[in-house]
Amino acid sequence: MAHQDVLAAHPIRARRRLPLDWLGIVPFAAFALLFLILPTLNLIAGAFQDRDGAFTLQNIVNLFTPSIMAAYWISIKVSLASALIGGFMGFVMAATVTIGGLPGWVRSPLMTFAGVASNFAGIPLAFAFLATLGRTGLLTAFLMNVFGFNLYSTGFNLLSFWGLTITYLFFQIPLMILIITPALDGLKKEWAEAAASLGASRLQYWRMVALPILWPALLGTIVLLFANAFGAVATAYALTGSSLNIVPIVLFTQIRGDVLQDPNLGYALAFGMIVITGVSNGIYIWLRARAERWLR
Amino acid sequence: MTEAFLSIQHVRKAFGSTVVVQDFNLDVAPGEFISFLGPSGCGKTTMLRIVAGFEEPSAGRIVIGGKDVTNLKPNQRNIGMVFQAYALFPNLTVAQNIAFGLKVAGTPKAESDARVAEMLGIIKLPEFADRYPYQLSGGQQQRVALARALAARPKLLLLDEPLSALDAKVRLSLRDEIRQIQKKLGITTIFVTHDQEEALSMSDRIVVMHDGHAEQVGTPFEIYNRPATRFVANFVGTLNVLDGVVIDPIAATVRIGEREITLRNGALGAASAGDAVSLALRPEAIVLGRQPGRDASLSGQIADVSFLGSVIRVKVGVGQNAVSLDTFNNSSAQPPIVGDQTEISFSASDLLVLH
Amino acid sequence: MRTNRAVSWVLLALGCLYFVLPLIGMVEFSLRMRRGVYSLDAYWVVLADPKFQSTFAYSVVVGLLTIVVGIFIVVPTAYWVRLRLPGLRPYVEFVTLLPLVIPAIVVVFGYIRLYNTSSFLPLTGSATGTNILLVFGYVMLALPYMYRAVDTGLRTIDVRTLTEAAQILGAGWGTIIARIILPNVLLAVLSGAFLTFAIVIGEFTMAALLNRPAFGPYLQFIGANRAYEPAALAVIAFVITWACMAMIQIVSRFAPKTSSRSN
Repeated sequence: MAHQDVLAAHPIRARRRLPLDWLGIVPFAAFALLFLILPTLNLIAGAFQDRDGAFTLQNIVNLFTPSIMAAYWISIKVSLASALIGGFMGFVMAATVTIGGLPGWVRSPLMTFAGVASNFAGIPLAFAFLATLGRTGLLTAFLMNVFGFNLYSTGFNLLSFWGLTITYLFFQIPLMILIITPALDGLKKEWAEAAASLGASRLQYWRMVALPILWPALLGTIVLLFANAFGAVATAYALTGSSLNIVPIVLFTQIRGDVLQDPNLGYALAFGMIVITGVSNGIYIWLRARAERWLR
Repeated sequence: MTEAFLSIQHVRKAFGSTVVVQDFNLDVAPGEFISFLGPSGCGKTTMLRIVAGFEEPSAGRIVIGGKDVTNLKPNQRNIGMVFQAYALFPNLTVAQNIAFGLKVAGTPKAESDARVAEMLGIIKLPEFADRYPYQLSGGQQQRVALARALAARPKLLLLDEPLSALDAKVRLSLRDEIRQIQKKLGITTIFVTHDQEEALSMSDRIVVMHDGHAEQVGTPFEIYNRPATRFVANFVGTLNVLDGVVIDPIAATVRIGEREITLRNGALGAASAGDAVSLALRPEAIVLGRQPGRDASLSGQIADVSFLGSVIRVKVGVGQNAVSLDTFNNSSAQPPIVGDQTEISFSASDLLVLH
Repeated sequence: MRTNRAVSWVLLALGCLYFVLPLIGMVEFSLRMRRGVYSLDAYWVVLADPKFQSTFAYSVVVGLLTIVVGIFIVVPTAYWVRLRLPGLRPYVEFVTLLPLVIPAIVVVFGYIRLYNTSSFLPLTGSATGTNILLVFGYVMLALPYMYRAVDTGLRTIDVRTLTEAAQILGAGWGTIIARIILPNVLLAVLSGAFLTFAIVIGEFTMAALLNRPAFGPYLQFIGANRAYEPAALAVIAFVITWACMAMIQIVSRFAPKTSSRSN
C-alpha cells in the first residue's frame, strides 16, 4: 500500500509543474473579494450614483452641509487627539519598561494588561467610563465628596469631545504599547553609547538617532490608532447615544433609519470615511518611504 | 617610560557581591597601543567601559592627560570608541556617521566636511560617503566606525573586540589597517580582545587579565617568552607541559624522566629538592632528533603526525607527557613515522618553570 | 540612572492609575444595586435574564463558527503562500491588513447593499443567510490578527521540508494540511482563535446593523434602559476578555516546546 503511494506521488509531482499554483489562493481571494473588497467598491460606486444608478457628483456635494462637515470635523478631532495623546502616553509607558531602567518583572504584566485593555473596547468600555466619570460615577462622586469639586460644573461631560477622547485612550494607549515595545527593543544600547562617546547629550541622541530610527514605527502606529478611533461606533454609541454627531454614528443611524432621507448620501458618507482613512494611510506610506531610505 | 597619558589607579568594580575588576593599575604612555587580553568574563570589557565612563568604578581613579575624569560622563571625556557590533547609526549615511561627533560639538560645516573627507581617505572608502550602513560589508562598517570614533580627534581610542564579528580574512587585513592608522595618528589606544594572536601582533604592551585582575603586563615578546604565571603561559600560545622533580634548587637542576637538565640560574626560585615542578616548552623551541647547539634532549616515541601544509605537527610521547612540535614540511625528506623511537632536543634556557 | 528609574516608576504609576480607575469604577457601580450596601444583585438580575442567556449563547456560537471558518480560510492560504507563492506575500498581507483601515461600519453597509434581497446573492433575505453573512463579516474583522498569528507560527517550522517529507510518504494536500501543518501551527492558531473570540463576543456594529440577536446589541439595549446592570455586564465582558488573553498567554507558554525546530 505504502509502496504504491510512493509510486503514485511521481505523476502528481510532474503534473504540479503546470502553473496552477495560483489555484491555492482562490478561496482566500474569493473571500476577500466577496466580503471585503466588493462591498467597499460597491459603496464607493454608490456614492457616485443617483437613485436611478446614473453617474452624479451630487452626493459628494451634499456632504458639504454644515452638520455633516461638523460630524467629520469632530470625528477627525477625536480620532487625532486620541491617537496623538494615546500614542504619546503609550510610548512613555512602553519606554519605562524597555529603556527606563525598570526591573524586568514589570514588563510582562504590563504587556498582558495591554493585550486585555486593547481588546476591552466597544460597549462595555463605555459602561466602565459611565460608572466612573458619569454624573453619578465613582470618580465624579469622589471628587465631589472629598474635595467638594464638581467635575460637571467645569463644563466637563463624558458625552463630549473630551469625554470621548479620554474613553478612547483606554484602548489607544495599550495598542500603542503593544506595537511600539518591539520597536523600542530594537534600539541597540551601543547606539546610545556610541553617541555618548562621541560627545552627544541624551537629548542629542534622541533627536539625531533614536527618534529618526523609531519614526516609521511611531508614524505607522499613530495612523493605525487614528483609523482605529475613526471607525469606532460601539463605544461612542453606548456612551452618547446619538447626541454626539461623529461620522460613524451619523452613518449608523442613517443605515438603521435612513434619517438623511437619501440612501446615496449614506454611501457618500461612507466614501468620505474611506477617503479619510485612505488618505491618512497614504500620508503614512509617503512619509515612511521618505523616512526609511536607510532601511533595506 | 615617559609621563603616563592614561592612568588607571586602584580601580575596583563590583556588581552586587560579584567582583569583576579588582585593584587594577596601569599607566599608558602617549601614543601607546595596549591590549587587554583574556578569556570572556575576565573583566577586560568592564575595565574598558570604566575608562569610557559607561560604568562607574566602585573604587579607584581614572586620570586622562593629568585630569581626573572618574566622575565625568562619557560624553565629556573626549574618547573615541569602537564597538564589537559596529554600532553605526543606521539612519545616517557613512559621511553623516563620521560627522556625528563633529556635529554635536558644533564644528562649522566646511571644517566638518573636510575632516570627513580626510577620514574617508584614511579608511580608504572615499566613494562610500553617501551609502547607508546596511549597504556596507562588516569590514567596511567597522572601518567607518573607526573613522567615526577618530573624526573628532579624541585623545584616547578604545576598541572593544572590534574584529570578533568579522570573518577571518577581513580580520587579518583590518588588524593591520587599524595598527597603521593608530601609528599614523599617534593616538593612545586600548584594544580589548580574547584573541592572543591579535594582541601579540598589534600591541606595544599587553595586559593579560584573569578573574578581574592583571596577571601580567608586558611587551608581546615578554608575555610570550617569559609568561609570569601558569595562566599566562597557558592562555598565550600553545604550550607543552612536562612533569619534573627538583634535584638541586641552587644549581637549578631538575629530572625529567631519566634525564637530568640544568635550567637558567635561579629559575627554580624557592623550591626545595624533591619538589615536583611543571616545566613548559613552546612547540617551536623543540626540534626532532639531536641537534648541535641544543643542550638538552629527551627520548620518546612518535605518537601522531599531522600535516598542516607548510609545517608538520608531530606529537611525541615522553614518559607520561605528550609533547607537540612543528617541523617544516621538507618535500625531499622522509616524514616522521608513527611508532618510531626518537629524540627531541631544545635549549634548557627555553624551559619555563610554571608557578 | 537612579533618577531615570524613579521618573519611570512615577510615569508608569500615573499611566496605570488611568487604567485602574475605570475598572474600579465599573466594579463599584455594579455592586450598588441594592440601596446602601454592596451586593451582587445586578449580576443575579443579569444572569437570570433569558435574553442575556440567549444572546450570549448566540454570540458564543457565532464566535466558534467564526474561528472555524477563519481557520479554513487562513491556514491553507498562509501555508500555500509560504510554500508556493512567496511572490504574492506582500499583496496577501496587504489585503489581510485592510480591515484595520476600512471601518467595519463601512464594510457592513456594503454587505447590506450588495447582498440585499434582490441581489445575485440575497444573503440578507433569510435569517440563515444573515447569520452566514455575520460569520463571514467577523472572519473579515479578525483576519489581520488570525493571519498574523498563523503566519508567525508557520515561520517557526520548516514548511517545505515537512511538506516534501509528507509527499514522499504519499500524503495528499488535505492530509498534509490537516495532519502535518495544522498540528504544527496549532498553538499559533489557538492564539488567533482566542483573540478572535475576544473581538467577536461583544461586537456591536455588525450585529446591530444586520439585526442579529447577538450579545453586543443586547449590551447596548441594557445600557440604554438600565442603571446598574450595564456595569455588571461590563465586568463580565472584562473577565471574558481577560480569560481569552490569559489563554493566549498559557498557549504561548507551550509554544517553544513544539516549535523548537525553528531554522
